[in-house]
Amino acid sequence: MTDAYSGVLIFAEQNRGKIHPVSYELLNKGKLLGEDLNAELKVIILGPEGMDVDELIYRGADEVYYIKDESFSEPNLIDFKDNLEYYIEEKIKPEIVLMGATSFGRSLAPRLAIALEAGLTADCTDLKIDRSDSRLVQIRPAFSENILAHIKTTSEMQMATVRYREFAEADRDVSNTGEIIEEKSKLRDDSGLKVLDRLADQEVNIAEEEFVVAGGRGLKNPGDFSLLKELADLLGGEVGASRDVVDQDFISKHHQVGYSGHRVKPVIYIACGISGAPQHLAGMKEADTIIAINNDPSAPIFEHCDYGIVGDLYEVVPALIDLLEDQMTRK
Amino acid sequence: MNILVFVKEVPDMEKVKFDRERGVIDRGSAEAQINPFDLNALQAAVDIKNEVGGEITAMCMGPSGAEDSLKEAIARGADEGILLTDRAFAGADTWATSFILARAARKLANFDLILCGEMSVDGDTAQVGPQTAEFLGIPHVAFVWEIDICDKNSLEVRTDLWNSTYVKEMELPGLLSVTKDINNPQLPSLQDKMSARKAEIEKWGLEDFADQGIDEDDVGLSGSLTRVKNIEVPPKTGRDSQIWEDEVEIGLAKITDLMREKRRI
Repeated sequence: MTDAYSGVLIFAEQNRGKIHPVSYELLNKGKLLGEDLNAELKVIILGPEGMDVDELIYRGADEVYYIKDESFSEPNLIDFKDNLEYYIEEKIKPEIVLMGATSFGRSLAPRLAIALEAGLTADCTDLKIDRSDSRLVQIRPAFSENILAHIKTTSEMQMATVRYREFAEADRDVSNTGEIIEEKSKLRDDSGLKVLDRLADQEVNIAEEEFVVAGGRGLKNPGDFSLLKELADLLGGEVGASRDVVDQDFISKHHQVGYSGHRVKPVIYIACGISGAPQHLAGMKEADTIIAINNDPSAPIFEHCDYGIVGDLYEVVPALIDLLEDQMTRK
Repeated sequence: MNILVFVKEVPDMEKVKFDRERGVIDRGSAEAQINPFDLNALQAAVDIKNEVGGEITAMCMGPSGAEDSLKEAIARGADEGILLTDRAFAGADTWATSFILARAARKLANFDLILCGEMSVDGDTAQVGPQTAEFLGIPHVAFVWEIDICDKNSLEVRTDLWNSTYVKEMELPGLLSVTKDINNPQLPSLQDKMSARKAEIEKWGLEDFADQGIDEDDVGLSGSLTRVKNIEVPPKTGRDSQIWEDEVEIGLAKITDLMREKRRI
C-alpha cells in the first residue's frame, strides 16, 4: 500500500438542495472508522448554490468538498459520476468511500466504482476496521438475510453503500470546526441522459413512519384498509401492506413492506392478518415493538412479535380502536 | 431495435433451504430458475419488439446447466441465447461479472438497448447493470418501471427517487434495469416451450475473448476486487412473545398501555 490514499470520504446525498439524512448516519459511522485509522473524515457534496453545508461540519466532518452547480438539483447521474470520479481521484484520494444505499446511491455507486477501479460492496449493515491490516471489513446480509457475509476489498480504494436507517445520525455540535472547499462542477456536453420532469411527490413515505398498521392476506376486501387506516390515524401513523395484497391491487406499492418493498423501522408495527413470511419479516423485523393480530395461532408472525392477539382482525382492530378512543376522551 | 437481455440463474429463494451449521444454501433443495426480476426485463424486451420490431438476445453467465434458463428465455420471446460459461468465470463478484458481460456485449456489437432486472434475488446487490454500463461507456437508468419509445435514438423512462417519480430521457445505446412493477411476465405457451427445447444455445468461454486480450486473471474470482472473508450466521433473533388467545381483553389493555407510554395518545 502506498501512502497516496488515506482517510474516509462520505458522499453526502442531497435532494433539491436538502441533505438526505443517510448522510448524517454515514458521518456517524465514518467518524468511528476514521478514529480507528487515525485518519481524517471528509465529505463530498454535489449540490446547487446556497446549501447549508456547515451542517456537515457540525456533524463531524473535518473537511467538506462542496461542488456547486444548479444542475445538481436534478439527479443527473452521469454528471454526478464524472465529478465524483474527478475530485476523488485527483484531489481527495481517500482509502474508503461510503455512500447511502438509497435508490440514487445504489445506481450511482456501481458506476463510480468502475470508474475508480474500486471494489464495491452493496447495502452494508455494518463496517469495521480489521486492526491487523487496517483494511475495511464490510458486513452485509445475504441469502434472504440468513447469513452475514464479511467482505474485504482487494483494490486500494474500498467502497461500500450502507443501508439507510441502519446507524443513528451523528450528533450535532455547532462548536465543531472544519474546512469547506468550494469547487465548480465539471460537466460534459452530452452525457446521454436528461432529466425531463419530476412528478408530484408521493403522499406516502412508509420507510419514515413511526407507527405502521399493516394488513395482509387476512383482509377480505380492498376497502377494509379503511379499518387499518382508522387505527393508523389514531396513532399518527400510516398503513402498510404485505406483498400479497399489493399484488392483488388492494393498495399501492408505496405501502408495501418487505424484501421487495420498503424496509421500515417504526416505534410500533402492528401486523394485521399477516402470516409472517420471511420476505415480509425482512422488511419490518427491526421495529422497536411488533404487535401481531391473526386468527391462526400457528402463524409464524407470532414467533416474531412482542405482543400477539389470536383473533379475527375484524373484531380485534375495532376493539383496539374503541379502547384507544376511550383513553383519549378520558384524558 | 436490437435488445440484449441479461438473465441470471438463481435458486428458487422461496423454497431453498439454508444450512445454518455450514453457512451455505443447500442448492439441491430448490430448483434453479431465472431470476424473477429478469423475467420482467425479458417481458419488457418482448413488448418493445412487438412495438417496433428487432431482435432479442438473452445472455447469461453461469455453469453449463444454465443453458436451460436461456431456453426458457427463448420460450418467453428471445430470438437467441448466449451462455458465457467457463471454469475461469466462477466466483466472480459484481466487478468481474460486469466486466465479462460488457466484453461479451461488445463482442456481440449489434445492440441498441441492454435490459436487466433491478437485482438478483440471491445476490441482492443491484450493481451489475450500472457497472456494465460504465464499462461500456453508455448511459443507464436503474429501477425503471415504465419505458416509452421516443424514436430510434432515445427512450423516455420513469423511475422513483427519494419520494418522487422522475422522467428521464436516455440516448441509445443505453442500459435499463427494471423493477417488477414494469409489467406482468407472460407464461410461455406449451408450443413455445417445446420448440425452445430444440434451440441451439451459443456458448462462449474464456478463449472466445482471447482476441480482446482477456486472460484468466481478468475474470472470475481472480478478476474480482472483493472477497468474502467470513460467513457469520446471526443468532435467531426471537422476541419474548406474549400471546393472548383466550384473554384477548388483557392483551388489548396491555397494548393500549404501551401506546400511551409511547406518548401518542
